[in-house]
Amino acid sequence: MSQAILNDNSLTFAEKVISVKSDGGKKVHHTGEIAVIPADMAMAQDSTGPLAIKVFREMGVQKVWDPKKIHLVIDHSFPAPDEKVANLHILIREFVKQQGVRLVEGSISHQHLLENHVVPGMVLFGADSHTCQAGAIGAFATGIGSSEMAAVWASGKLWVRVPESIKINLTGQLKKGVFARDIITHFIGMVGEDGGNYKSLEWKGPAVKNLSIASRACISNNSMECGCKLSIFEVDPVTQVYFKTANRKAMFEIHAGPKAQYKEEYDIDLGTLEPQVWGPGNESKVRSASEFGDDHLDEVFIGSSTNGRYEDLQVVGKILKGHKIKAGTRCIITPASRNVFERAITDGLAETFLQSGAVFTNATCGACVGTHLGVLGENETCLSTSPRNYVGRMGASTAKIFLSSPATAAASALEGHIVDPGRYL
Amino acid sequence: MSLPTPSTIIRGRTWVWPDDVNTDIIIPFRFKARTNDPVEMAKYAMYGFDPEFYKKVKPGDLFVAGRNFGGGSSREQAPVAIKYSGVAAVVAESFARIFYRNSFAIGLPALEVPGITKQVKQFDEISINLQDWSVTTKDGKVYHALKVPEFLRGLMREGGLVEYYKKHKSFPWEGLQATAS
Repeated sequence: MSQAILNDNSLTFAEKVISVKSDGGKKVHHTGEIAVIPADMAMAQDSTGPLAIKVFREMGVQKVWDPKKIHLVIDHSFPAPDEKVANLHILIREFVKQQGVRLVEGSISHQHLLENHVVPGMVLFGADSHTCQAGAIGAFATGIGSSEMAAVWASGKLWVRVPESIKINLTGQLKKGVFARDIITHFIGMVGEDGGNYKSLEWKGPAVKNLSIASRACISNNSMECGCKLSIFEVDPVTQVYFKTANRKAMFEIHAGPKAQYKEEYDIDLGTLEPQVWGPGNESKVRSASEFGDDHLDEVFIGSSTNGRYEDLQVVGKILKGHKIKAGTRCIITPASRNVFERAITDGLAETFLQSGAVFTNATCGACVGTHLGVLGENETCLSTSPRNYVGRMGASTAKIFLSSPATAAASALEGHIVDPGRYL
Repeated sequence: MSLPTPSTIIRGRTWVWPDDVNTDIIIPFRFKARTNDPVEMAKYAMYGFDPEFYKKVKPGDLFVAGRNFGGGSSREQAPVAIKYSGVAAVVAESFARIFYRNSFAIGLPALEVPGITKQVKQFDEISINLQDWSVTTKDGKVYHALKVPEFLRGLMREGGLVEYYKKHKSFPWEGLQATAS
């Protein structure tokens, strides 16, 4: 039956995964149905894990269902900026020791799992909204809260509703200075903050083959900002090469049927996109970088799970090389994983950053979450590559946050205000 | 501190909120990442709109909100802060996906009623019925919330996953047959 489901021309990605995983693939689960599926992997981080541990203990469960499949990642505030956070980190380490589950400190969870653990066709539940990033390699990956994470730890299963799907057809070629981040910012600007709520996004079309795994990860990650449950790039030769190069085995490929039913369909011609900026705050419209005046930037933050990958830092290095960050603007660069951090040090990117006057930090979520390494003060203005520009996200409620690609952020750091990065590339 | 499980009929006065109230407004990261205590979390409920909200809210108050309530982060501390601030239920035009799941998981009644913000004003007295999943406004009109699978309504009535598991030694979806939602 499973094979018949996988070959069914009329099913979406989400329908196929849920049908194959649920009840041993005995029947098809269509959009809108509820099913229970086993987790292949479960992840919680240092701001959701402590609550999950508390709930797990309150439930009275003694042992987790499978320690090898459970990852705890200390990433949001690493290393601990104060005693309160440090004590929650201790709670995590004690739980890890007691249960024998996996622990990583000092890489962002999504990037760590992408580099080392998550494979196509896998079901990943993560107690972090941006877990949907792993859709970039064709995994069924979605965010949940702490109590449901405790339930997954206890039983290895969770209920899901088969989501409606949205198809986005990408055509054309990105212009110089325009990147994956600009595609997803443009899309969110088009559909709104709840335009993908409860839904599964399927990224398709001839332009997908030109997007690297890092670019796809940026798009799948940031898709959360329109509320999605999944954001999927199916396995293709780019994915296969990625796994082969990393000497990792892929799991299995799931492809939506050509006659699958989509609730909505969008076409985006990448050739028409300009560098996009969203802000100040999430109530503002998405605009082109060239539409901004010379309002002073106090801070530029380049990093986070959305845009702290090696590919991002390479572009930033290219722009910053031989230039100086504008006086009066601080530029903070934070890699997404230890692996990215080490590569940036060994290949000279770190030197370029430091010579430009930027601050280059350890791998962590950093300034994105307003708790360390670049907190914004009253009325400060920041351009950031992190996923969110919510009021108070990076510090003071009066601070203004704009979002852009790493290229736009780096060029803007040199000028001290928002600019189109084109002339630096 | 543990709160009573929700009763079947909840009456209270309303706080009315706009569209797109995100989790960082409900409880900013810098506060939620520094405690595991729900009573402490409650001190920062709705901090992004009013840092003194926790002093103004009364036990049994209700929330009525616009579209996409609880968007953004997966933080369960958001519904927890609301619940422990004394708020007995949230009615919204729509909820963000993870916030909605979390509300059931922790036993904070969350009812999706399109158009509700046009029917309710700040500090109106309304009532919520957790049996037939409806809202009755000040003028006696009844609005039915969008349908929710019975296993989730049962989970809500029993007060969330911890209480449910302690009682049944299983989760409400175990053994569930596939059903249309």
